[in-house]
Amino acid sequence: MVRSVPSWRWGAAAGRSFGRFTLVIAFTYLGLLAVTFFIGRVIPVDPVLAIVGDRAPEHVVQRVREELGLNLPLYEQFGRYVGQALRGDFGTSVLTSNPVWEDVKQTFPATLELATCGILIGAGFGVPLGVWAAVRRGGFVDHAVRVMGLVGYSVPIFWLGLMALVLFYAKLGWVAGPGRIDVAFEFSVQRVSGLMLVDTALYAKDTGDWAAFRSALSHLVLPASLLGYFSLAYISRMTRSFMLNELAQEYIVAARAKGLSETRIIWRHALRNAMVPLVTVISLSYAGLLEGSVLTETVFAWPGLGLYITNSLQNADMNAVLGGTLVVGTVFIALNLLSDLLYRVLDPRTRDTRTGNAR
Amino acid sequence: MPELNLTRRALAWAAAAVASASLGISALPLHAATPKDTLVLAMAFDDLISLDPAQAFEISAGEMLGNSYDRLLRSDVKDPSRLLPDLALKWAVSADGKTYSFELRPGVKFASGNALTAEDVVFSLQRAVLLDKTPAFILTQFGLNKANVASRIKQTGPLSLTLETDKAYAPTLVFNCLTATVASVVDKKLVMSKEQAGDMGAAWLKTNYAGSGPLKVREWRANQLVALERNDQYWGQKSLPARVIYRHVKESATQRLLLEKGDVDIARNLTPQDLQALATNKNVAITGTPNGTVYYFSLNQKNPILAKPEVREAFKWLVDYDAIGATLIKNVGVIHQNFLPLGLLGAATDKPYKLDVAKAKALLAQAGHPNGFKVTVDMRNVQPVQGITEAIQQTLKRAGIEMEILPGDGKQTLTKYRARSHDIYIGSWGADYWDPHTNADTFARNADNGDNAATKPLAWRNAWNIPELTKKSDAAALERDATKRARLYQEIQAEFRKTSPFVMLYQQTEVAAYRSNLSGLKIGATSDLTYLFSVAKR
Repeated sequence: MVRSVPSWRWGAAAGRSFGRFTLVIAFTYLGLLAVTFFIGRVIPVDPVLAIVGDRAPEHVVQRVREELGLNLPLYEQFGRYVGQALRGDFGTSVLTSNPVWEDVKQTFPATLELATCGILIGAGFGVPLGVWAAVRRGGFVDHAVRVMGLVGYSVPIFWLGLMALVLFYAKLGWVAGPGRIDVAFEFSVQRVSGLMLVDTALYAKDTGDWAAFRSALSHLVLPASLLGYFSLAYISRMTRSFMLNELAQEYIVAARAKGLSETRIIWRHALRNAMVPLVTVISLSYAGLLEGSVLTETVFAWPGLGLYITNSLQNADMNAVLGGTLVVGTVFIALNLLSDLLYRVLDPRTRDTRTGNAR
Repeated sequence: MPELNLTRRALAWAAAAVASASLGISALPLHAATPKDTLVLAMAFDDLISLDPAQAFEISAGEMLGNSYDRLLRSDVKDPSRLLPDLALKWAVSADGKTYSFELRPGVKFASGNALTAEDVVFSLQRAVLLDKTPAFILTQFGLNKANVASRIKQTGPLSLTLETDKAYAPTLVFNCLTATVASVVDKKLVMSKEQAGDMGAAWLKTNYAGSGPLKVREWRANQLVALERNDQYWGQKSLPARVIYRHVKESATQRLLLEKGDVDIARNLTPQDLQALATNKNVAITGTPNGTVYYFSLNQKNPILAKPEVREAFKWLVDYDAIGATLIKNVGVIHQNFLPLGLLGAATDKPYKLDVAKAKALLAQAGHPNGFKVTVDMRNVQPVQGITEAIQQTLKRAGIEMEILPGDGKQTLTKYRARSHDIYIGSWGADYWDPHTNADTFARNADNGDNAATKPLAWRNAWNIPELTKKSDAAALERDATKRARLYQEIQAEFRKTSPFVMLYQQTEVAAYRSNLSGLKIGATSDLTYLFSVAKR
C-alpha cells in the first residue's frame, strides 16, 4: 500500500536518515579505531623494539620512544592519531618505512583479487550444490555435499594448501607455484591497478603478449580455488538449509498444484526467496576473505593484507595495524550496505520505506 | 520426473564446469625456469626495515648491503678473522695506538657515476655517528660522539683519511668494526641532494641506494621482493649474475617446493626436516657455514632460587646436549658451550657439561631444594627453540624442577626479557661484528646492574652483577697483542662456563639449499659475507 507523500516530507525524511546513517558510520569508525588502538597498546610488545632492534643502546631506545609519542598519556596518543587520520595522514609503517596508505595500496589489491575469485568460485558452485542437496535431501548428492562441507570446515587450510601445492604444482605441474607472477615478468608488467589479472591484461593489450597474463592466472588458480572451496563449504550448507525451509512452505505446494514445472518452482520461486538471507551469508563470507587469509597468504607467499596486518601486529607497528583495520572496517561497512541494497532488489517488502515508518 | 530432470541438468552443468576448468588449467603454461642471468632466492626477510647502512642492523639487510656497498676493509669469506683490502689499499696504526690512517684505492666510482674520494668515506663514518641509530655503537664505542666526530675522523688528502680513538684499543677490534655494515661508504653528493630537514638523507636512503658495491639495489617491495642489479661501475670483478632477486617466502615447506621445481635457485630458511628431505634430490645441493649466532637459556638472578650458584650449575647438568645435537639441531647447529662462537679470536672449544641428573640433584640438595621447585620459561614460538625447550623441560623434571613453558611471539618474549621480568629465557645472540668483544661485551660485561642502567647487555637482562668479569672484558678489548688477547678471552670464557647464569647450547650453522647448476655459493659467517655476486649459474 503506497500512500502518496508530499515530496518535501520525503526529502526531509531522507535527509534525516542520511544524517543518522553518517553518524552511525562515524561512530563505527571511531569505535573501531579506539578498540584497535587500545588493544594495540596493551599487548605486551614494545613498539620501539621493531624500529631499533634488540641491540640499540638505551639512549636510542628512549629517543625513539619520545619520537613516537609513546611517553604521552594513552588518550593523548589516541587523540593525535585520530587528528592526523582526519587530515588523511595515516602515518608511516615502521616495518616497511612506507606511508601506511602506500602499503595498503600495495597489499589490498592482492587480497581483493584473491578474495573476489575465491567468492566467485565459492558462491558459483556453493549455491547450486546447496540447492541440489536440498532437493535431493537424504540422497547421495546431499551426503556428498555434506562430506565435502565437513572436510572444508575441519581440515586446516594451511595443510590443504600445502597438499594442493605438492599435487598440482610440484607433481602434476598444472599450475604455477607460490607468488603472484613468474619472476621473469616481475619487472616488465607495469603496476596500474594492483590487480595482477588486470595489469597483465593491459600489458597484453599493448604488446600482444599474453604470457604474463597466463602466468598471473596460473598463480591465482590454486589459492583462489582453495579459498573458494572453504567458502563453498559454508555457502552450500546454508543454501541447503534455507532451501529446505522454503520448500516446506505452502506456496510451493500451491505452485505444484498449479502444475508449474519443478525446475521453475525450485529456481524461480524457492531459490528467489532463499536468496534474501543467502545474500548476507555470501557477503559476509566475502568480507571474511577480504580481511585477508593469513594462512593462505603464508603458504602461497601472497603479499596480501592479512599478512600485512598480522606481521604489523606482531611487531606492534600500530600505524600499520590501524590503517589495515580501517580498510577491513570499510570493507565490512560497504558490503553491509551492498547487501542492504540487494535486499531491496530481491525482496519487494523492504522496498517501500518512503515514509520512514514502513520499516 | 521433474526431479530427475533437475539432477540430469545439474550433472550436465557440473560436468561442463569441471571440463572447462580443467581445460583452462591445462592450457596454462608449465612453469618457466628462472632466467639464466638472474639469481632468484627464497628467503624470509620480514626483518628488513631499512637499507641505510647507518640504520640497518637486521640479518637480511646485512646481506643485501654486504653485496651492494663497499667499506674500507672486508673480512675474508674463507677465514673471517683475516682482513682484506676493500676501498682501503693501505692502513696503519700510530705508535700510541690511537690514530688509524687509511690510503684509498684510486679511480673508484659510485654506481651513480660520482667519483669516490676520502670525502665520501669521512662523510659516511661521521654520518653514522651523527645519525646515532642502532648500529652506531659499533663506531661510538671508540669514544666518538656528535661533538668530537668532526675532529676525530678527518680527511688528510684526496684519497687519505685518519680516525682517532679515545684509548689504545686492540687494533684488530677497531679494524674488525670497520668491516661492519655501519662503516659502509655512501655517495655523499647523491645522499645530500636528497636531504630533508637536516636528516643527512636518512629518510631517502632508507628505501634507496647510494653505494659502489658489485651489485646495486634496484627495488625493495616490503615483504615481497628485493631486486639487486649488476653495478657496471664497480672497480673490481663485475658481478656474475646480472640480477639477484630475493623473494619473500616465509614458509619452509613453500621454499622447498619452489626450489624443487626450479622456480628459485636458492632457498635460505629450510627446517632440518626439509633439508633432510632435499638431501637425496640430485638437482639440489646443500651448503652450510657455522655463523656467529649462539643459542642459550639464561636464569634471571632476580629470582632468589635461580641466583644460588649451585642451582645455576645444576641447570647446566640437566640438558641432554648429545640428544639435542643428534636430532633437534642436526644440520642447523653444533653443540657449543661457550659464549664466543667458533671462528672468533680466542673462542674456546671446551665442552665440560653433559646430562648428569645425579650430580644436578646433589647440587640442588646443597642449595636447599632437594625436591626441586617450580619455574617458568619464556619461549619464542619457533623451531628448533620449541623442541629444545620441551626436551629441557623433560630433563629438568627428572631432578624435580617443574618448568612451565610460556610461549610467545618473538617480540613479545623479548619485551619481557628486556624488562627483566622473566624467570628463564631461551633465545639466541648473533655477533654484531667479527670480533670477540662483540659477545664479551654482552655476555661478560655489566657495568651497571641498576634498573636504569645506560647500557643493558645480556648480563644485565639476567641481573648478573659481575664487576670483576667486566674489568677483565674491558682489559681484553685494550690488549694489543693478539696472542695475549686470545688468552684473556679464554680465561673469561672459563669463568663464564663455571659461574654464569647462562646455559650455552649450540652454535648455529646457517644452511642454504641451491640448484646444482649454481657454483660458487658460500654462506658467510656473518650475514654481510654471503656474496651473491660471485655465484655462477650454468
